[in-house]
Amino acid sequence: AAVRSPDQLELTEAELKQEIIRTLSADNPHVPRDIVRFNFKERAYKLVDDMDHTAVHFTLNGYLIHKDSDEGRRQSIRSCAEAGSFIWFIYDSYVEELERMEKAKEKEKAKPVAVKKEDQKTGRKLSHIDSLSMVARAAKIAERMVNLNTYDDIAQDFKYFEDASDEYRGQKGTLLPLWKFQYEKTKKLAVTALSWNPKYKDLFAVGYGSYDFMKQGHGMLLLYTLKNPSFPEYSFSSESGVMCLDFHSDHPHVLAVGFYDGHVAIYNLKRASPQPSYKSSKSGKHTEPVWQVKWQKDDMDGNRNFFSVSSDGRIVSWTLVKNELVHMDVIKLSADETTMQGPEGLQLQTLGSGISFDFHKKIDYLFLVGTEEGKIYKCSKSYSSQFLDVFEAHHMAVDTVSWNPFHLKVFISCSSDWTVKIWDHTIKTPLFVYDLATAVGDVAWSPYSSTVFAAVTIDGQAHVFDLNVNKLEPLCSQLVVTRKKNKTTHVQFNPADPVIIVGDERGLITCLKLSPNLRKKPKEKKGQEVKKGPEEEIAKLEKLLSLVRQPGKKEEE
Amino acid sequence: MEEAEEEKKDEADYKRLHSFPLIRHSDMPEEMRVETMELCVTACEKHATNNESAAKMIKETMDKRFGSSWHVVIGEGFGFEITHEVKNLLYMFFGGSLAVCVWKCS
Repeated sequence: AAVRSPDQLELTEAELKQEIIRTLSADNPHVPRDIVRFNFKERAYKLVDDMDHTAVHFTLNGYLIHKDSDEGRRQSIRSCAEAGSFIWFIYDSYVEELERMEKAKEKEKAKPVAVKKEDQKTGRKLSHIDSLSMVARAAKIAERMVNLNTYDDIAQDFKYFEDASDEYRGQKGTLLPLWKFQYEKTKKLAVTALSWNPKYKDLFAVGYGSYDFMKQGHGMLLLYTLKNPSFPEYSFSSESGVMCLDFHSDHPHVLAVGFYDGHVAIYNLKRASPQPSYKSSKSGKHTEPVWQVKWQKDDMDGNRNFFSVSSDGRIVSWTLVKNELVHMDVIKLSADETTMQGPEGLQLQTLGSGISFDFHKKIDYLFLVGTEEGKIYKCSKSYSSQFLDVFEAHHMAVDTVSWNPFHLKVFISCSSDWTVKIWDHTIKTPLFVYDLATAVGDVAWSPYSSTVFAAVTIDGQAHVFDLNVNKLEPLCSQLVVTRKKNKTTHVQFNPADPVIIVGDERGLITCLKLSPNLRKKPKEKKGQEVKKGPEEEIAKLEKLLSLVRQPGKKEEE
Repeated sequence: MEEAEEEKKDEADYKRLHSFPLIRHSDMPEEMRVETMELCVTACEKHATNNESAAKMIKETMDKRFGSSWHVVIGEGFGFEITHEVKNLLYMFFGGSLAVCVWKCS
C-alpha cells in the first residue's frame, strides 16, 4: 500500500484514474476579471473587459545613447587613460627610444627608411601589407591548381603524349595544339615579338603592337607561363606599339624592348612598377620603328648594353651607364648606289632600312642585318661605315635572319617574297631555297638539332623542316590559326621542351607540341655509340652542306 | 672624488641625451600632435622653474586653438587616471625628467 500523508485526500480507484483536462494559456492569472466601471454615456456600471495581461518581471534602465542622436551630439566621445610619470619610468622610456633610433640608423645605411616615433602606426601598417602579400601568394597557388585541373588533359599531353601514328606517317610529323593564350586587352593587337626566358623555361614574353602603318595605337608587353594559361604573370602597357623584345641572357629579369615610335626601354621584372626602368630620351631615339633589339655581353666597364635596328637605317648601341641609357650609332646602312641629288646641289645619302639582325654566337664582332630592300649585310662592330659583305638575298623585305645555333657558318633568312633561304656566309649564293607559296612571317632554328627549323606564313600555317630527313619539303605544314583573315606573325622554339609558340595578328598565342618525327636524332649504327652534343650536330649539317656545295664530289665519296 | 665627478658627468650626459621631447602616448591626429608638442616644449623652456605657469600657458593656448576645457599636468612624479575626449590626449616626456599630460574633457 502506498504511503499516505495524514492530510491527503482519500479517493476511490475510479476517481484516481479519472482524466482531468487542464489548458494552459498566456493569460495572466492574477489579472482581475471582474472590474466594473461607471460609464457616464450609458449611465450604468459596465464590466471592463480588456485588461492588460503583461506582467513585468524585471526592468533595468540603461545609459547608452546613440552617438548621432541629439543628446549624443551634444556630448563628446570620451575615453579613459592612465599612466604614471616616475623618474625611473621616464629614464627607461628614453633609453628604449635611443636604442630604437640607433637600430633605425643602422637600417638606414642599408635602406633609406624614415624613423618615425609613432611606432604603433607603422607597426599596424606593416602587418597589413604582410597579410595582403600572404593572401596573394596563396591565391596564386590556388589559381595555378585550378588551371591545372581545368587544362589537365593538355598538361598531360604536353608532358607525355607522343604521337604513335608518326611511325606510319613515313617522314611526316604533326604539331599537336596545346594551350592557347589570350588576353582581352590584347585582342585587337598583333603579336609582334616572342621570346622564351633563358632561365625559366616555362616563361615567355610577348610583345603586342600593330604592323598597320595607319592604325597605330598603344602597345603591351605580357609575360605568360605555361603553368597558367589563363592570365599573364606580368603585364606592362605602353603608349606605342611594342615591336621587339629580348631577354638578357645573364639577368633573366631584365628585358629590352623596342617600340614603334622609335623608343627603346628596359623593363625590370623584379620591380613592381608598370613603367620601364629606363627609357631612351627624345634625342637619341630612332626616327622609325625599332624592329629588333638584342642584348650583348657587358662591355669593358661592366655596363650592360644592347643593340637596336630600325627602319631609319641606324644600328644603335645603347649602354646603361649610371642609370641612364646612352646611345651610340654603330653603323649607318648606307646603300652605295643611292646617293641622290638633293636641293641646292647637296649630295643626299639615303639609308637602307634595317628590319632584322642577328649576332654570331662565337665571333663577337660579326653580325648580320636584313633590310627592307631584300639585302643582307654582313657587318662588324668595329667598322662603322663599311660592310664586310653584301648578300642579294631576297626581292622583298628580309623579315628574319638567324645564325644556326650549332654550325658556325650557316644562317637562315626569310622574306615576304615567299622564300626561306639557307646560306653559308662565305658563299654568295644560298645553299637551300624553299618557296612556301605565301609571304613568310618568321623563321626559327630549333635548339635541339642543327637541321630542324620552323617557319610561319601569313596564311596561318606553320611549316617544320628537317634537312637531315628531307631537303626539299617540309615534314609538317599545318594550319595553326583557324580564323579567317588572321596571319601568323612569329614563331619560337622552347629551349628545353619540344614545344613551339606561334603568335598571330589577333593577339592569340598557340602552343604546339612537335611530334617525334620532327625531333629525330641521327640514327645510331649498330655497334657504334651515338655521340650527342653540339659537335654531332655540326658534323651532321656539314655533311649536308658538302653535298650541296660540291655535288660532283658526292660520287667520289 | 673621481667617482663623484664621473657621476656628475653621467648625469649631465643623460640630461643631454634624454632631453629631446619623447611622446609616450597620444591619440591626437598628426598635425595637432606636433603643434601641441611644440607648444609644450616652448612653455616648459620658458617657465623652466615654475611648472604651474608652464601648465597655465599650455592650457590657455590649447583652449584658444582647439576648443574649451583642456587640462594640463606637468611634473616629475605623478600617476593619473583620467577620462578624456577621444583623439584629444597627449602624454609626453621632456628635459630628461619632466612629464607633461594634456587632455581635453568638457
